[in-house]
Amino acid sequence: MCATCGCSGSGAVIQLFPAGHANHEHLSHEHGASHDHGASHDHGASHDHEGPGDADPIPATSAESAERTVLLEQKVLAKNDHLAELNRDWLRQRGVLAVNLMSSPGAGKTTLLERTARELAGKMDISVIEGGQAGVLDARRIRSAGCLVVQINTGAGCHLDAEMVAEGLRVLDPPSGSVVVIENVGNLVCPALFDLGEQARVVLASVTEGDDKPVKYPHMFRRADLVLVSKTDLLPYVDFDSRQHAADVRRSSPSALMLQVSATTGAGMQEWYDWLRRRTPAPQE
Amino acid sequence: MHELAITESVVDAVTRRLPGARITCVRLEIGALSGVVADSVRFCFDLVTEGTNLEGARLEITETAGRCHCRVCGVDFEPDGAITLCPCGSIEIKVLAGQELKIASVQVA
Repeated sequence: MCATCGCSGSGAVIQLFPAGHANHEHLSHEHGASHDHGASHDHGASHDHEGPGDADPIPATSAESAERTVLLEQKVLAKNDHLAELNRDWLRQRGVLAVNLMSSPGAGKTTLLERTARELAGKMDISVIEGGQAGVLDARRIRSAGCLVVQINTGAGCHLDAEMVAEGLRVLDPPSGSVVVIENVGNLVCPALFDLGEQARVVLASVTEGDDKPVKYPHMFRRADLVLVSKTDLLPYVDFDSRQHAADVRRSSPSALMLQVSATTGAGMQEWYDWLRRRTPAPQE
Repeated sequence: MHELAITESVVDAVTRRLPGARITCVRLEIGALSGVVADSVRFCFDLVTEGTNLEGARLEITETAGRCHCRVCGVDFEPDGAITLCPCGSIEIKVLAGQELKIASVQVA
């Protein structure tokens, strides 16, 4: 079983879908196997990724005596957090904006990205890391919209982690001045805990899910930088109290920006594009 | 069910720090605002430790309460559940404690 994501079997599988090509390239990735994070990924100097730990192994003492207590005082997610920081450094040095897009299944992440890719074609360089348990349906949809996309299948895993994203970034090789949207596994619980090294967290909340999600899943909303209320074209047909929803998001995340969008009609999409553009670094020479 | 991944990370971290040592007890600290359910970790622990140096180890979890400070009225309070809202109604709060998710210590045979 994979030590980081808990997924069973062969672990995450990564496939590249070049924009506009019919076939995709298999880059089977034995998640958990010891791939070298240093060189090709260009994470900076030659450090080794085992590190979170920063803490060296404590040698076992010889069979000298009875039980002893060893103080560790170590964060459980230290390894993931360490890898996430390496991703963040790498993105900063390269001049790439990475956004972690999270929501429950069916909130419209892929539809949002399809429209985004189509409307920003030629105006902004966007690529996508697509996370899902199985299948390549979403990657095909994004690729059809004209975007370079890498599919990461987590197997039994319920979220993406920093190690999978490092590998995804290496395969994607995003150019300076571009945007990478990481579409996380549809889930309002687990992805909230795993830092991927992104510069911003975007939570998509569709009006069809109901207005109670910020109250029921506060961890997901607490660290959001942007909350996109999606499917607003359906507001006349569903019982969704926008005012209450906004107030509840505010309680979990006082600093998050909120925007209303409809990827079907295009309403509000320009503000989302502007938000992306404001954060995208200028291409490096 | 990210507690499975969390529990895996515990086993991974302990085996890395103490390679080859037989662990008889693991002490974790899980805060009320950490987003991790202690009972779920307990549920996963035996399953995840099977076949490792931690197999058969006792799991002791200290659950720490959440503690927040209100920047508006100045009061320190314990939040109700995961929503950090001051009794005065303010959302301008600073989390002082409760986000811990760490391995405090282990017992080695």
